[in-house]
Amino acid sequence: MPKQPDPLLAIAGFARVLRAAGVAADAGRIAAFTAALDWLDASRSADVYWAGRVTLCADPDDLPRYDAAFAAVFGGEGIAMGPLREPPEALTVALAPAAAADPLPAAGDGSRQRLRAAASTTEALRKRDIAGLSATERAELARLLATFTLPGELRPSRRRRPAVRGPVDRRRTIRSALEAGGELAKLHHHRPSRRPRRIVLLIDISGSMAPYADALLRFAHAARRGSAPVEVFTLGTRLTRVTRELSHRDPEVALRAVAAAVPDWSGGTRLGVLVRAFLDVWGQRGLARGAVVVLLSDGWERDDPALLGVQMARLSRLAHRVVWANPLRARPGYQPLAAGMAAALPHVDDFVAGHSADALVALAQVVAGRRAQSAAGRQLGDVHA
Amino acid sequence: MVVRPAGRLRDVTSSLLPAGATSPAALADLLGAGGYLADDGLAAAAYLALAMGRPLLLEGEAGTGKTALAAALADLLEAPLIRLQCYEGIDASMALYDWDFPRQLLHLRAAETAAGAAGTPDTAALEGELYTRRFLLARPLLAALETSPSVLLIDEIDRADDEFEAFLLEILSEYAVSIPELGTVRAAVPPVVVLTSNRTRELHDALKRRCFYHWLPHPSIEREIAILRARLPQVTERLARQVALAAAALRSAGLLKPPGVAETLDWARALLVLGAGELDPESAAATLGAVLKYREDQERASELDWRAVLSSA
Repeated sequence: MPKQPDPLLAIAGFARVLRAAGVAADAGRIAAFTAALDWLDASRSADVYWAGRVTLCADPDDLPRYDAAFAAVFGGEGIAMGPLREPPEALTVALAPAAAADPLPAAGDGSRQRLRAAASTTEALRKRDIAGLSATERAELARLLATFTLPGELRPSRRRRPAVRGPVDRRRTIRSALEAGGELAKLHHHRPSRRPRRIVLLIDISGSMAPYADALLRFAHAARRGSAPVEVFTLGTRLTRVTRELSHRDPEVALRAVAAAVPDWSGGTRLGVLVRAFLDVWGQRGLARGAVVVLLSDGWERDDPALLGVQMARLSRLAHRVVWANPLRARPGYQPLAAGMAAALPHVDDFVAGHSADALVALAQVVAGRRAQSAAGRQLGDVHA
Repeated sequence: MVVRPAGRLRDVTSSLLPAGATSPAALADLLGAGGYLADDGLAAAAYLALAMGRPLLLEGEAGTGKTALAAALADLLEAPLIRLQCYEGIDASMALYDWDFPRQLLHLRAAETAAGAAGTPDTAALEGELYTRRFLLARPLLAALETSPSVLLIDEIDRADDEFEAFLLEILSEYAVSIPELGTVRAAVPPVVVLTSNRTRELHDALKRRCFYHWLPHPSIEREIAILRARLPQVTERLARQVALAAAALRSAGLLKPPGVAETLDWARALLVLGAGELDPESAAATLGAVLKYREDQERASELDWRAVLSSA
């Protein structure tokens, strides 16, 4: 620490930079860092680096932030980090490409081509202003969420619970015999209990899905209140895990956190690449195994649809069930012609709509394992169309 | 936060460092002598965890040596390695302790029979006898608290439920457990605790706060060569270099499951068994099953230009 004469001051400054960068370096961790430095050679940059990395970080996502903060504070260069929270621009739905936002007249071949091109190729690193919702929309969504739950499909768990019939519960039987002075008076039984399966929501927030993104994120927020474990990711030009951001009870606070965390609102869609990223980083390791995976997307794929097909096949082998909710499905005469959708469909167990409050409720039924009703989504859609 | 002046924080009494480990580099040398090659970051993490008596939380790709570190530390400290494999639904009776009910019942029966011959049994004494240490089955956590020194490996903590994590946190902060019928069992010397996680779910912050954290990446080519040479002395320098280069190429080929160090070691062993002195496209094709466990990955690997990959060896 050549620049600051007082090491404690330097540590305090470093902690502030870290916290600003999003690493949760609280007082306890700082104390551990200080204590760790005492065991190492604080005059060696590498020792300081590793002491900090071991004590202050708690997540792989922290590591690049830590590296940047460390370089800024101890690297000798000035603080090179830009403002970490840009003021949200007041950008709204209007930024979505007009054709993609309303692909209704997309029946002919020529217009299909046009639509594929309309999924914006520029990665628009902008943040949608969620505060810019109209009052009626807000009221409607609040009504929807007041009644909304997302129960998970049940599966047998390894835990057992007392039951009237079933295998003999050796431990409880012997314990009750002990209480009766060693007399085997009554046999106790147990059975496997049932637990909800994990639900993974992959929400497309690209330009063509912009009119739905806000509602779908609220759907995800409501879903997290249920008993089933729910993981939420957004798909745009990149994959972002927003489970943490959505964990706040207040939907407005949670959605604001999501808006700040997601760098790619209303950009282009690269479903294949992103589903692969999800599987590589999260899914294969266990997140998708035995889970009900729900993709909320219109299936517009900017890249090669073959990749999406391969990745969806992989996903369907890992997951218990794959559900695809496509808002366009509700439109009269809809055919899954979008190249990405057509490639994915063979590997999807349930294909439903997801464009309205009713359709989302129907989607919840499907997630809970009450088999669709394959026409239900369309009927509800017709009512709302 | 109270910050004490430097020099007083070093609490040597809680240090579990083995003799000779005066710095991370010295610890790395000691581990290296036992066949476990740790890089700077891992050595610093292990050194601090030992020095400050804190659990070490390791995350990283499968097969990068998370579990092996616990074994290496146990070897180095000449302490038994006590392993708790987590799984869904694991509970205190599986992880901590359980009363041996069948034995208690037998004891009771035996006492009754004896009493039948001698007269009225002393009920209170009999009850007291039932809840003594000899009827207690120590599961891994209790075993680790009772064995000093010991290395406790809590493997794949992310597979256990949230409630189990909270319970674990309690034990890791006190290194003591109270058994209602017996009293409190406290570790004379806290065990060295290594936790591993595959990140299938987010661990609770409270648990993370207790631990030191280290992310294990895939090793560099030079380090992988050194690991191969250290673990498999029969492997020639040339073969080790070829295998390490091929593994690095496979890792950057966008596979479903990129091979870890464990797979590389298996690969080198397979080549040794086949008597292949070096890695060429033929021997690679014959032994690919040791490294790649997906059909898609094997297909992709067969498209790789092996000669180009191996030419730099």
